[in-house]
Amino acid sequence: MNKTINLTLKIWRQKDRSDKGRFETTPARDISTDMSFLEMLDVVNERLTLEGREPIAFEHDCREGICGSCGTMVNGRAHGPLKGTSLCQLHMRHFKDGDTLTIEPWRARAFPVIKDLVVDRSAYDRIIQAGGYVSVNTGSAPEANTLPVPPELAEKAMDAAACIGCGACVAACPNASAMLFVSAKISQLALLPQGRPEADRRALAMVRAMDACGFGNCSNHRECENACPKEISIANIARLNREFLHAGFISHET
Amino acid sequence: MRLDAKIPAGPLAQKWDRHRFETKLVNPANRRKYSILVVGTGLAGASASASLAELGYDVKTFCIHDSPRRAHSIAAQGGINAAKNYPNDGDSIWRLFYDTVKGGDFRAREANVYRLAQVSNAIIDQCTAQGVPFAREYGGLLANRSFGGAQLSRTFYARGQTGQQLLLGAYSAMMRQAAAGRVHLFPRREMLDLVVVNGQARGIVARNLLTGEIERHAGHAVLLCTGGYGNVYFLSTNAKACNVTATYRAYKRGAFFANPCFTQIHPTCIPVHGTYQSKLTLMSESLRNDGRVWVPKTPGDKRAPTEIPEAERDYFLERKYPSFGNLVPRDVASRNAKEQCDQGKGVGDTGLAVYLDFADAIQRDGKATIAKKYGNLFQMYEKITGDDPYRTPMMIYPAVHYTMGGLWVDYNLMSTVPGLFVLGEANFSDHGANRLGASALMQGLADGYFVIPATIGGYLAGTRFEAVTTGDAGFADAERQVAEQTRRLLSIGGKRTVDDFHRQLGLTMWDHCGMSRTNAGLERARAVIRELRAEFWRDVRVPGSAADLNQSLEKAGRVADFMEFAELMVLDALARQESCGGHFNEAFQTEENEARRDDQNFCHVAAWEFTGEGRDPNLHKEPLSFENVQLTQRSYK
Ligand SMILES: Cc1cc2nc3c(=O)[nH]c(=O)nc-3n(C[C@H](O)[C@H](O)[C@H](O)COP(=O)(O)OP(=O)(O)OC[C@H]3O[C@@H](n4cnc5c(N)ncnc54)[C@H](O)[C@@H]3O)c2cc1C
Ligand code: SF4
Ligand code: FES
Repeated sequence: MNKTINLTLKIWRQKDRSDKGRFETTPARDISTDMSFLEMLDVVNERLTLEGREPIAFEHDCREGICGSCGTMVNGRAHGPLKGTSLCQLHMRHFKDGDTLTIEPWRARAFPVIKDLVVDRSAYDRIIQAGGYVSVNTGSAPEANTLPVPPELAEKAMDAAACIGCGACVAACPNASAMLFVSAKISQLALLPQGRPEADRRALAMVRAMDACGFGNCSNHRECENACPKEISIANIARLNREFLHAGFISHET
Repeated sequence: MRLDAKIPAGPLAQKWDRHRFETKLVNPANRRKYSILVVGTGLAGASASASLAELGYDVKTFCIHDSPRRAHSIAAQGGINAAKNYPNDGDSIWRLFYDTVKGGDFRAREANVYRLAQVSNAIIDQCTAQGVPFAREYGGLLANRSFGGAQLSRTFYARGQTGQQLLLGAYSAMMRQAAAGRVHLFPRREMLDLVVVNGQARGIVARNLLTGEIERHAGHAVLLCTGGYGNVYFLSTNAKACNVTATYRAYKRGAFFANPCFTQIHPTCIPVHGTYQSKLTLMSESLRNDGRVWVPKTPGDKRAPTEIPEAERDYFLERKYPSFGNLVPRDVASRNAKEQCDQGKGVGDTGLAVYLDFADAIQRDGKATIAKKYGNLFQMYEKITGDDPYRTPMMIYPAVHYTMGGLWVDYNLMSTVPGLFVLGEANFSDHGANRLGASALMQGLADGYFVIPATIGGYLAGTRFEAVTTGDAGFADAERQVAEQTRRLLSIGGKRTVDDFHRQLGLTMWDHCGMSRTNAGLERARAVIRELRAEFWRDVRVPGSAADLNQSLEKAGRVADFMEFAELMVLDALARQESCGGHFNEAFQTEENEARRDDQNFCHVAAWEFTGEGRDPNLHKEPLSFENVQLTQRSYK
């Protein structure tokens, strides 16, 4: 099954935040179809290094679809063509000999480009800081089984909790909205009894933080759901909206 | 220097309580005057940062990643142990303690392991309260499963993403403290040196990975929570950024390195398929609950697995270990797979793989049940290999996975440098020569949530601190050394890339200091490593500059440390003339090819002291005494 293909990469190069950046064309030769997309980039980088040029900066770590580090646009699609698959889990058997791949970083006002394909996603951490937690100090937790959770709810919470914080939803959205990411965390904690006491405050605070970070509004394009490597459902956005409205309604805060 | 583990006196079950009672406390109002530097945001670092900040300490936390949520802990799949005994199948704190000590082949400290088992239940309570969506039974109560090397069900899990969920729980607790201004986060920083002033750990020097700036940070104590060094083998299941730099540089500043040769090879990983390969992927060990491991009986049988009739298959684990079967501990399972392949019975293109077959389980429980348990793992397998495990058996082979060795720490988790504490995989403490499945997550969180908050106070309250600022000579000196190394790496301009060197180092280590070791092989490895290191400093090519994001430079620094550290591993393996757990020296085995320990001569922790560049390190031994369990030959028959 293992064969090799040759590709042409049109890849975004940008020296630093202030550089304007441009596409550069470079070949990727003798690529085994068993390689992952990132291994293909490794091969190109080894060649660039030996040719005395700077390798392409890209983010990665676990290379198994869980840390959320990786991600670029490939031919206009976040994480490439395969549904439910992060870039590191995309293998070259999904491409054909002679293909040209356009590879560029996430594009969003709230995710400025740092270098080549690396962007600044610290806005996500700021949103979590605003309320993506249950306020329970170490040591003060009750015995774990005192609060039964219906397995359907636990499963739904787990579906939402599977978000890896990669940013593809933002990159795919025409408005660069972070609603899918934010709704995943709000849903996880709103579904579980442990998260209920703070649900209102959390929804208000996280949405406020999201707006402050410069993300756009959600206008139901559903591109986020299509791009998400963990297939987080937009049903979570509907839940966020309900939580948010409810919170706004009963809120004593302004 | 005599190593004092500071194990509290008294009966095993009372040591921890007694110790906490006898440990000095820091007055709550004074805690914010103590600044604590936490390096790493995996389970250990994130839980420690959150818990110490909740107590009121002033915490500064560093990590390599763009976000603390991406630490390698995120990748843990299978689960976390605790002694809750929810299934009523005979578990207890004592049994978890016993299993862990035995699983570690009697090379861990009794008192530490007992404490670990004691706090295990509180970890589950804490994580559940944070909103970790553990798997549940129909009645809504928490579910358990059995896991690698245990005969009862004590493992809690969140699908195949337990590490992710536990880490996000700890991360969120830490972010709550960041919002409260008690944790100051420094992401995209790599610690490159420890600063020791008047014999105390008082700071670190770190590189800002975006600007290249070398930063100085001072504090009253430093906590290294920087994970394991499995990537010395290049190919491993560890994330790419995992490294030994922080612990190795601390070693050079006086912290002893314990049992560096104790590495864990995990039996169920996707086999290597090409020279371009950048890492190996673990297939959770939980698969061994339902999958059956086999090879063809006849060497060289190249038929497709489904064409090999039952009678011509050898289910070697079930045959050799009737009572544990496919659930034998990792070291045993791994060595047996290698043995089969060495006999020519390995399968797949490379002959370096064995089958893990779900056909019987699917027939027994139905595809839907199997899909519910392992769906995401099967999917991941198919994505990587292009094969569908519902239809054809998986192929698996052992891979480097975890490192039991680490910086030596006492019962308080303090290293031989006062004020330098080490938590999680970075220390050596609880797993002896082999770690049981689902116990690393437990240890990381035990260290961070419950042990360090209790023990650090004793150090802080009992120590006199001189005023130290980042302007002090110690900082300048460390910064100069770091800058000098960077300059050197960038100026070589040789002909080989960093990865190229790293791969070669890894292969050498895998061949000679991996699953099975010989004295001759280790001696050879030592010579090869020395040559390779010299060549690295002559011929490596590191492009780019020191003043911006430079991933090649980051890698080069880590590989430079691996090049030195590898030799320490080999020395340690040579010094330990016995086999135990993951350390298997072919000269020491039973007739049945099991590891043969030598309790007369090697029932100790080997702790290495750095003595200067180019000089052999000194070996210190901490004797291990077992008062509560009997040392036996491990048997899983
Ligand atoms: C694929 C896989 C699956 C696993 N599954 C399980 C399982 O099911 N159950 C189980 O119990 N265990 C499992 N383990 C083991 C377990 O995940 C790890 O041992 C554990 O998570 C380590 O946690 P840690 O906090 O010690 O370190 P890590 O999570 O590795 O975190 C290290 C941190 O240190 C930072 N760091 C490192 N060096 C520096 C530096 N120089 N400067 C600044 N920061 C630095 C990193 O950025 C990171 O934040 C698994 C391991 C792997 C590889
Ligand atoms: S919701 Fe999906 S696409 Fe968005 S950050 Fe989470 S995992 Fe990535
Ligand atoms: S590298 Fe971790 S998700 Fe892709």
